[in-house]
Order: sequence, then C-alpha cells, then structure tokens
Amino acid sequence: MMNKRALMTSVLAGAVVAAAGSAAQAAERDQIRIVGSSTVYPFASYVAEEFGATTGHPTPVIESTGSGGGMKIFCEGDGPDTVDITNASRRMKPSEFERCADNGVTDITEIVIGADGIVIAQTTANAAMNLSREQLTLAVAAEVPKNGKLVDNPYENWNEIDSSLPDREITVYGPPSTSGTRDAFEELVMEAATEEMDGYDEPYTTVRNDGPYVDSGENDNLIVQKIQNDTEALGIFGYSFLEENTDVIEAVTIDGVEPTPEAISAEEYPVSRSLFFYTKNSHFDHVAGMEGYVSLFLSEQMIGGQGLLKGQGLIPLPQKMREGVRARFERRGELELADLK
Amino acid sequence: MNEEKTGADGAGDKLTADARLQRRHRAERRFRGVCIGALGLAGAFLVLFLGSMVVAALPAFTQTEVKVEVDFTNPDQAWRAIDPELNSIVSRGVTRVLPNRLENNPELAGKRFEEWVLAKAEIDQFRKGKGSLDEEVRERVERFEEAGRFRYTFNHWLFTEGDSKLPEMAGLKAAIVGSIYVLALTLAFAFPIGVLSAIYLEEFAPDNRFTQAVEININNLAAVPSILFGLLGLAIMINFFGVPRSSAIAGGLTLGLMTLPIVIISTRAALRAVPHSIREGALAMGATRWQTVRDHVLPMSLPGILTGTIIGLAQAMGETAPLLLIGMVAYIPDVPGSVTDAATVMPAQIYSWASMPQQAFVERTAAAILVLLTVLIALNATAVYLRRRFERRW
Repeated sequence: MMNKRALMTSVLAGAVVAAAGSAAQAAERDQIRIVGSSTVYPFASYVAEEFGATTGHPTPVIESTGSGGGMKIFCEGDGPDTVDITNASRRMKPSEFERCADNGVTDITEIVIGADGIVIAQTTANAAMNLSREQLTLAVAAEVPKNGKLVDNPYENWNEIDSSLPDREITVYGPPSTSGTRDAFEELVMEAATEEMDGYDEPYTTVRNDGPYVDSGENDNLIVQKIQNDTEALGIFGYSFLEENTDVIEAVTIDGVEPTPEAISAEEYPVSRSLFFYTKNSHFDHVAGMEGYVSLFLSEQMIGGQGLLKGQGLIPLPQKMREGVRARFERRGELELADLK
Repeated sequence: MNEEKTGADGAGDKLTADARLQRRHRAERRFRGVCIGALGLAGAFLVLFLGSMVVAALPAFTQTEVKVEVDFTNPDQAWRAIDPELNSIVSRGVTRVLPNRLENNPELAGKRFEEWVLAKAEIDQFRKGKGSLDEEVRERVERFEEAGRFRYTFNHWLFTEGDSKLPEMAGLKAAIVGSIYVLALTLAFAFPIGVLSAIYLEEFAPDNRFTQAVEININNLAAVPSILFGLLGLAIMINFFGVPRSSAIAGGLTLGLMTLPIVIISTRAALRAVPHSIREGALAMGATRWQTVRDHVLPMSLPGILTGTIIGLAQAMGETAPLLLIGMVAYIPDVPGSVTDAATVMPAQIYSWASMPQQAFVERTAAAILVLLTVLIALNATAVYLRRRFERRW
C-alpha cells in the first residue's frame, strides 16, 4: 500500500510541474542576455559579475558561442525573447548585417572595447624563434606556390621552408574554423602574407588538413597544455592565455615583433585585432539594466588604461578611441551596412 | 572423460586423458589470468584517473586569507575602506562590495577594525608554489608572510558562491542548485510518462504491428546521441513552445526526453521479471487487469523501476551536450529562484572552468569534478540500496 501511494503522489506531482512549465511565458526581462565570442567572454563575464555584485540587477547571462554563432543567434529577430548583445572578436560581416536586417534587427550599435593579440607560442624549453608571416603561411596553407604553380603543401619541417629556421617538425595546434581567433589568423597572417607573395593570384586562406595543422577546439587552455606536452609544436591562441602562463610558454616573435601590450595596442604587432560587442538598441527600453551594463563596461574603471580588464588580459584602446566609443554609445550611433564594407 | 575406455591399452588412454585434462586446466588458468589482467588494467586506470584528480583538486579546498584594516571612518569613501594600495593582494570580490556593505550595515560607519578577508587567487597560487608575481607584489607578500598576515582556511566559497571570474570567489552553488532543479524536472517529466507507457505496453497493449513498431522506436531512441535531444529541445521547447532559453525547465524537459526511453525500457524489464503465476493468481481471484497491476505487479517491480530511473537520472546529470544547444552552458553565477530563471548545471560549470586562462581554475576544475563524482556515486549507491531493500524473491 505504501508503495502504491508513493507512486500516485509522484504521478500527480509530475503532472502539476509539467502543467506549470507549459504555462510559463517570457515577459519583459530584468536579466540581460548576451551571446558571442569566446575571446570576449572572459571580459564580458567579468563586467557582468561586477554589475551583478554592485547593483541590484541580476547578473547578465553570457553564453560563449563563438563570434559566428553569436551573430546567428543575435540576428534571429527583435523582441523580448531574443538576446540583447553579441560579443565578437571580429567585425560583423556584411552578410550577417543583411540577415539581421531581414529579421527586423535594424538599430544596432557597434562598440569596440579593446584589442587582443593572437600569439604563436611554444614552450620555454625551446630556443627563441622568429617567423615572418610568409613563413607561417607556408607552414599551414593547404597549397603553396612551387615553380610558378600551386601544389599541395609538401613542407614537413621548418627548415624546409627556410634554412635559417630550426630542424623541427611542423606541428601547429590552432583554433577550428568556427572560431573568431581562426578568422583573425587567416585574415591577419595568411591573407596579408599571400597578397604580397608571388604565386598566389588572390588572397589565400585555406588551411592544410594533412596533419601538421591540428584543429584543437575552442578551448585555448587545451592548446596551452598540448604545446607543453608536445615540445616541438607551436600553438595559436589569444594573448591572455600567454599572460597567464609565462612561466611555461613563450611567444614566437612575428616579423621580429614580440606581442607585448604596447606593441599590440600600437598595432606594431601584426597579428592583433579589435574586440567588439553589438547592442540591439530597441532593447534598452525593455531590458532593465542594459544601459547600466554597457556604461559600466565602457567606464575607465573597466576598459581604461589601468582598468580592471587589463588585469584579465584585455589590451586597452588609446584614450582618444575610448572617448569616441563612449560618445557613439551615448548617441546610440546606428551601424550602417556601408561601415562594414 | 567419456573417451576413457576400459581395455588393454587403458593405461595409455588414461595418460592422454590426464594430459588433456591438464591442458584444459592450463587453458582455464590462462583465461582466468587474462580476465584478472583486464580487471587490473581497468582498476589501474580508475586509480590513476581518480588519484590524479584528487591530487590536482586538493589545493583547491584551501584558500588564502589576508588580515587587513577596514576603515569606515569616512563613510563617503567607503570604496577605499581597505587601502587601495592592497588591491594587488585583496580580492576584488571584497573591495567592490565595500560601499554595499556599509549601506546594509549602517552601524559600521565610523568604525575601524582588523579583519581576515579573501586574498587574490594569484597570491594564493604563489603561496602554493605555482605561478609568478611581479617584483613589487612579491616583496609585499613576503613582508605580509613574515608578519603572519596570511592564513589558509577551508575554501567554503567553493560551496557558498556561484560562478565567478575571480577564481578565489568561484563556487559551485548556482550549478548545484541548477542541477537539482533540472534533475527534479527530469524526474517529474520522465518518470510518470515512462512508467505509464511501459505499463500499457507490457500489461495492456495487444501484440500487433503497431505496438511492435513503437517498441522498436523506443529501443532506438535510447541509443540516439544526446546532442540530438538538444536540437529537439531547441526546436520544440524553445522555438515552438516558447520556454525561456537557458532555463531549468528547458533543461529538465530536454533531459526528460532523453531519459524517457531508459525509464520505459527498464520499467518493462522490471514488469516482465514478475512471474506470470502472480498475474494469473490475481486474475483467477476475479481481480481486474488494473487491480492486478496496481496491487501485485507494480509493487513487486518497483525496485527494478527505481533502479532504472536512478541510473537514467545519473546519466542525465552528467550530460552537457544537449544543454549546450539550449543555452545552459553559459556564465550564470546567480542561484536560480524558479524553474524559468536562467540556470546552469555542474558538468557545464566544469566545462566553463576548464577553459579559463587562470591557473587557479585548474585545481578548481578538478575539485568540481570530485564533487560531481561524489554526487553520482551517492545516486548509484541509492539505486543499489533501493534494490536490496525492496527486492523480493519467489
């Protein structure tokens, strides 16, 4: 009898909860919803945490979906059920802007929060290494020019590319094609190098998949661990991961420039990029605290020259640019398709 | 043995029989050796895995505190009640809430006192012999060390705080509460529907093409990769029914769908294990089908049903893939207050911590894994206990 009653109770409880669930409806929110880049995620969640701890608002929810994934969700539509902000480690693409516009997301403000360098690193056990963007491209491109035409990449050792490079097998652990870091690497290293090089008719960004370049997932920590175990290998990841692990890994200089915060913000270091987020301006009136969150993010305390995000690995923008960004946010400067081309 | 014959050359046959017997015994010993070897290998992997996890996790259970002076004598300057000079040592989680603290405790105004507060994770890591500090900070840490202004305490923040970007303040509370919500909803959804479906299929349904097709489909569903249930959850629950993204209800319904076939299959197996004589006895006494099921078959099969359900739940608890698609693998430090609030679960939190750059998160990830394993072991132990406790023999 005991068992029977227990069973009946659980059946009843199940029915009640199921009914309550289906009745739940989304209303105007007091919790900000953010998606987007895994590179911006640590900074955004730091600000979100500070925002939740120091104001009465709930902490914004931030999903790390990658820049492309974030744009996809962001552009799904406008309204209380949709996300408010997407983070990106690259600019919005014109195609993404058009998709947004098709789905009714027209009033968007673009905000630059700072810069991030992409570092090519190895363990400190190795001798210091310098690579040019051309050499790096020849190591990871699917096809390279040989005797005037493009052939499948034959290089397996660095010294086959240039005799001045060490006799080490080419192994590069890097981000997969869904990652903003990968987009930036392709653009800033491969595209930039192949524009200048003989043998490529047009900018070339196809990465080889015959072994030497290893897709290592969105998790930069994993890449840091891999290059510690595989001491021959190089790894590609964001600057903040270098900063946190200087005792075990070091950066390869690119075109002779070391990725220091100064070199990255001055754009001397060639493989650096700006970090962004995009806001849906129609949401400012409907989502409590959204304005406060963005203002906190853009404050000197956060993205300033000595701001808290600097400690998290963000490379601050120059003073002038920070003021420009704040001014654009104040007037909710609307993003135009022409800006992105 | 049956080859052993009596006769003139019986002795020779006996010899070959003995040799054969020995050969068979040798084969058995070999086989047993291989089996023990396999068991040993599995055990060694388990010990290695658990051991490395425990070793990595242990430092996470202690946390450095630092003794500082808190000075609320000037209430307008509450944000600098702890000397901003010490910002390189004291956790940001302590200093940023100083104004709120004064506001909530007005009696502190005008007071000045010494207090143990949370130190930064970098300091904690440095004292544990990991990572490096800037020259200036290191000298200060050494001075503090000599003055006895550091101490280790039990890292209760790991259990009383939600997720945080500050490793020293990062905790599992929001994820644990989220996991409880999600599991309760999974149970509430999968258990009644699963058990009722199984009872119908096993006790009432006629055996025809239709029920056979249903049965095959249920068996197939149990083998479907979990990520597909995430896609289903996204398409049906969120996009069609409008369940809020990232909410515990979305997670519970999605994982409930995933657990449903397991519950149905284990319930059917448990029902089938009840001997037919019991049903026949009840029917012979004039009981209806429903009475037979309610009063005899169900109580007897309950241990099996519960075991299957708990194992299904344990599986759901360790799942992240489907939750990724419905937005539950996210930065959600607040404890959910209702089933429609944004929530995250323990494996999702572990996944997030594993990708953080700070070294202090490495040990916290391992600690979180240990906590999750403990909960899973507790769940499975409950399943074993229930089976033992209610098992009936006939």
